Amino acid sequence: MVQIAMATGFILILMGLYGALTNQNILRIIVSFSVANTGVNIVLVAIGYIHGRTAPILNEAVPVAEATARIIDPVPQALVLTAIVIGLGITTLMLAFAYKLYERKGTLDISKFSELKW
Amino acid sequence: MIKRAVVILFLLGLGSLFIGLMQGYIPDTELNQTGRYYAEHTAQDIGAANIVTAIIVTYRGLDTIGEVTVLFLTAAIVGMLLSRGNHKGKSLQRELPQSGELLTTGSYLLVPLILLLGAYVFINGHLTPGGGFQGGAIVASAILLMLLTDPLRHFSHQLITVIESVSGLLFVSIGVLGIFYAGGFLDNRILPLGEFGSLFSAGAIPIIYSLIGLKVGAEFSSMLVNLSETEDS
Amino acid sequence: MNELLIPTITLLFSVAMIGAAFVAIMVKQVSIAMLAAGLVSLLASVLFLFFAAPDVAMTEAAIGSGLTTFLFFFVLGRVRGDQRD
Repeated sequence: MVQIAMATGFILILMGLYGALTNQNILRIIVSFSVANTGVNIVLVAIGYIHGRTAPILNEAVPVAEATARIIDPVPQALVLTAIVIGLGITTLMLAFAYKLYERKGTLDISKFSELKW
Repeated sequence: MIKRAVVILFLLGLGSLFIGLMQGYIPDTELNQTGRYYAEHTAQDIGAANIVTAIIVTYRGLDTIGEVTVLFLTAAIVGMLLSRGNHKGKSLQRELPQSGELLTTGSYLLVPLILLLGAYVFINGHLTPGGGFQGGAIVASAILLMLLTDPLRHFSHQLITVIESVSGLLFVSIGVLGIFYAGGFLDNRILPLGEFGSLFSAGAIPIIYSLIGLKVGAEFSSMLVNLSETEDS
Repeated sequence: MNELLIPTITLLFSVAMIGAAFVAIMVKQVSIAMLAAGLVSLLASVLFLFFAAPDVAMTEAAIGSGLTTFLFFFVLGRVRGDQRD
């Protein structure tokens, strides 16, 4: 189960990078990056999973005394939570810059922006 | 064509790296040392039932301050980029189709309920799944619903800024209080830990997470409002 | 829970996610690509629930799937008229 999810995550990363490197439209490049972002999150969460255990929340189902034997690793979850929020910030920044570029040139085709090309 | 070949070659290399990683991966059957420490000590030291919340707010609270700062910077940059060329009164000229009766009535009913759910999620962050970031996103989605109902509605940027600044300042000052009254920066034991599993427990965590929720909600709302208010055509 | 059921569901979701990602990267219309990317996030959030991560699942559903898709559409609405590719 962990291997399936990890393989999915890796495939999503590769697909996202492929889309980001081959597409011409800036908006579609950003969409591809968000797909790759999801893939990274899936890999991280899958690494933290331990077979047959439950979520790291202590309540009647998981008493404090048994916590070590019953819960999965909470650290990757905290990392992924941060990563998702920062991912939205990055996506928003990219979108704002894409809009600014469109305003300047009237197009979103990346091959038309050749000022810094060599 | 040669560009595509280079891309595929690069991805094949990356893919073989990933395959190597997956073959060397052995699933854990026990918690590692860090996870074990958190599992054993969270209940006595922090008093929060949700260990993920304890890690985010207290054990790694400094990371969370950094994260909130990054979000603030993002919101500020988006506002700065999109505010220029935003002529006043121009948006009023644009004719928009009326939003439907269903959407208008539905939003009157749903917006207070969504705000209430957001507040519930971030106040109960230390007991149940959820917390400031999720609650903030839910609050922002209430703002989003209002924007969809009436795209020309003017939101007070002043109010959003004030909420964001005040909650950010309070967040940092609670952290500084921890230096003087407890073990260190952002220590939650400045308030009594209380009874494990009740709403008023885990020291300052509910207060800190509520402030984070308000701040994140204000930041997401300002991003949404800025991106939807850009008018130029 | 059932020993066989959970891996089967995981496999099903994985296939659906890869399909949605394929649509997001290959389809002609930008708007459909955005919706497909949102679908990838939504399926991922259900997958996180099976991996015993309710916190992450909530965050992904609210932020990754909800707000991101709407931000994409706000920008798409501004730049409409340039949809070649």
